[in-house]
Amino acid sequence: MSVLVFLDQSDGIVKKSSLEAASYASKVAEMLNTEAEAIVLGNITEDLAAIGKYGIKKVHTVSEAALDKFDSQVYTRIITTAVENIGADVIIFSNNTNGKAIAPRLSVKLRAGLVSGAVALPEISNGFIVRKTVFSGKAFANVSVTSPKKIIALNPNSYNVIMVEGSAAIQPFEVTMEVAKTEVTNINKVVGEVPLSEAKVVVSGGRGLKGPENWGLITELAELLGAATACSRPVADINWRPHHEHVGQTGLAIAPNLYIAVGISGAIQHLAGVNRSKTIVVINKDPEAPFFKAADYGIVGDIFDIMPKIITAVKKIKGVA
Amino acid sequence: MKILVCISRTPDTTAKIAFADNNTKFAADGVQWIINPYDEWYALVRAIELKESDTATILHLLNVGNPESEPIIRKALALGGDEAIRVNTNNSDSFYIASQIAAVAKEGGYNLIFTGKETIDYNGSSIGGMVAELLDLPFISHAVKFDLQDGKAVVIREIEGGEETNQVALPVVVSCQKGMAEQRIPNMKGIMGARTKPLKVIEPVEAETLTNIASFDLPPAKAGVKLVSADNPEELVRLLHEEARVI
Ligand SMILES: Cc1cc2nc3c(=O)[nH]c(=O)nc-3n(C[C@H](O)[C@H](O)[C@H](O)COP(=O)(O)OP(=O)(O)OC[C@H]3O[C@@H](n4cnc5c(N)ncnc54)[C@H](O)[C@@H]3O)c2cc1C
Ligand SMILES: Nc1ncnc2c1ncn2[C@@H]1O[C@H](COP(=O)(O)O)[C@@H](O)[C@H]1O
Repeated sequence: MSVLVFLDQSDGIVKKSSLEAASYASKVAEMLNTEAEAIVLGNITEDLAAIGKYGIKKVHTVSEAALDKFDSQVYTRIITTAVENIGADVIIFSNNTNGKAIAPRLSVKLRAGLVSGAVALPEISNGFIVRKTVFSGKAFANVSVTSPKKIIALNPNSYNVIMVEGSAAIQPFEVTMEVAKTEVTNINKVVGEVPLSEAKVVVSGGRGLKGPENWGLITELAELLGAATACSRPVADINWRPHHEHVGQTGLAIAPNLYIAVGISGAIQHLAGVNRSKTIVVINKDPEAPFFKAADYGIVGDIFDIMPKIITAVKKIKGVA
Repeated sequence: MKILVCISRTPDTTAKIAFADNNTKFAADGVQWIINPYDEWYALVRAIELKESDTATILHLLNVGNPESEPIIRKALALGGDEAIRVNTNNSDSFYIASQIAAVAKEGGYNLIFTGKETIDYNGSSIGGMVAELLDLPFISHAVKFDLQDGKAVVIREIEGGEETNQVALPVVVSCQKGMAEQRIPNMKGIMGARTKPLKVIEPVEAETLTNIASFDLPPAKAGVKLVSADNPEELVRLLHEEARVI
């Protein structure tokens, strides 16, 4: 019996959310008195031994160039073989885009109950219960997994990484490659931007900004803070900002350490996607805006007056002229 | 072309979230139910558009649920679709539901199976992938654009920090999100027509249940907002830096 974590990579680098999953997996292994191993598919350009710092003892690698292009079926077959070879009973994913495409497939292959959107370590004193977000962040469910094998997909930014001493053994893993049914014909990535789902800090704008020409107030602050940018739904609907920035009940649900809401009213559907943020700051000229009820810090006032001053004050802290 | 759209029933986005029976059940009293927005706005509307561009297309809607789902099934039929199927069960385990969908899909021989990206109540993002595996079909998740070209599907899906274009032969399972289509409002003709469209009720096939919900709870209430004067935004930055330590 052991714990296996799938490390998702992008351009040869393991994603941050997968490192969280690795740290989580090693803690789950410790709880079960066993060891955590990892599997990573495709060509990796970084030193995988460093994954040991997340408590992983062994990393299984399949460095086939074909795996640099994602196909949920091919990935699932390989992970299934790894699970069988290793004899893993608990398999951990990050609940990111690829995780959401593979974990359900693996759940079927292994007849292993899946809890996606997990936000805490499993409770194993009586059964195997995993806490997950439900109702788009408005509540939690404690889900009991009744099958012998279990799969957990951990929400990004939900588990505090614990760094340890150690280095992981690298074990190349032989597989018979099959041809993917899907063909990736194009990948279009915004380079240099922090992906919203992984960001520790998010600066978000609403209709209060009046128009896309004013978004410099959001992007400048975001850049200073190393933050990702987000927006409310109407802002994406009227094409002031790209769709992938839309957060909320019908957009992305995020849980950064800091969420700064600028000119957003805080409608219930918006809050659903952001209320798991650890600290929420609201800047709005309407003292009755519902967002203030969900906020930790706030300023009642005009964005166009306040944001430039905030930007200047942050520059001072960051030592930027 | 035969398309199956999977629709689920969720509480309205403004519904008060509370729990009953010792926090083991959602308190459904007085709650308005809707078609899960991803299923309605994106999966269903895109399927309707495909049928509009090729009228020979057969479009079926599928819900796995008890009779309380029927109003939302009729509403979906008012938007479009030829007929609906309801698999009669109260079981809400993702694997169990996926097994029911897969059984219907296999029987019906569909070329395309659309689901929503996720349900807004359970947030599983799981059922589409499970159905694909049960049918041994490719699965494209988080689709923001879907087109048919020379009998193949060209699908753009969202990935972290960007988009990826995939080409795949049918049949395929696709989970849909924003970008796929624009929300539609049913018209009078649709609503009248929906009343007479077939809604077949079938009994579930044998399937395992792999999870169940032991209990629910609500996040702790916030302590209350600390307001900083508009004359002194620098103070906010200081608090975030020194007190909250988030910047
Ligand atoms: C089924 C459904 C699903 C939905 N899903 C989502 C979702 O996922 N995400 C989402 O965001 N919304 C969603 N919505 C929409 C939601 O109900 C709100 O309409 C939306 O969030 C409002 O966006 P906003 O706050 O940018 O705009 P508004 O509500 O117009 O708010 C603008 C705010 O800016 C403030 N303001 C204006 N000028 C200034 C100024 N100069 N200085 C300071 N403050 C200023 C105003 O006081 C106001 O509070 C959904 C709605 C429905 C029905
Ligand atoms: N009970 C159900 N009946 C039919 N389709 C469903 C049901 N539950 C979920 N689905 C479909 O599966 C998608 C993903 O659901 P979930 O995995 O619960 O987030 C939904 O958007 C629906 O398209």
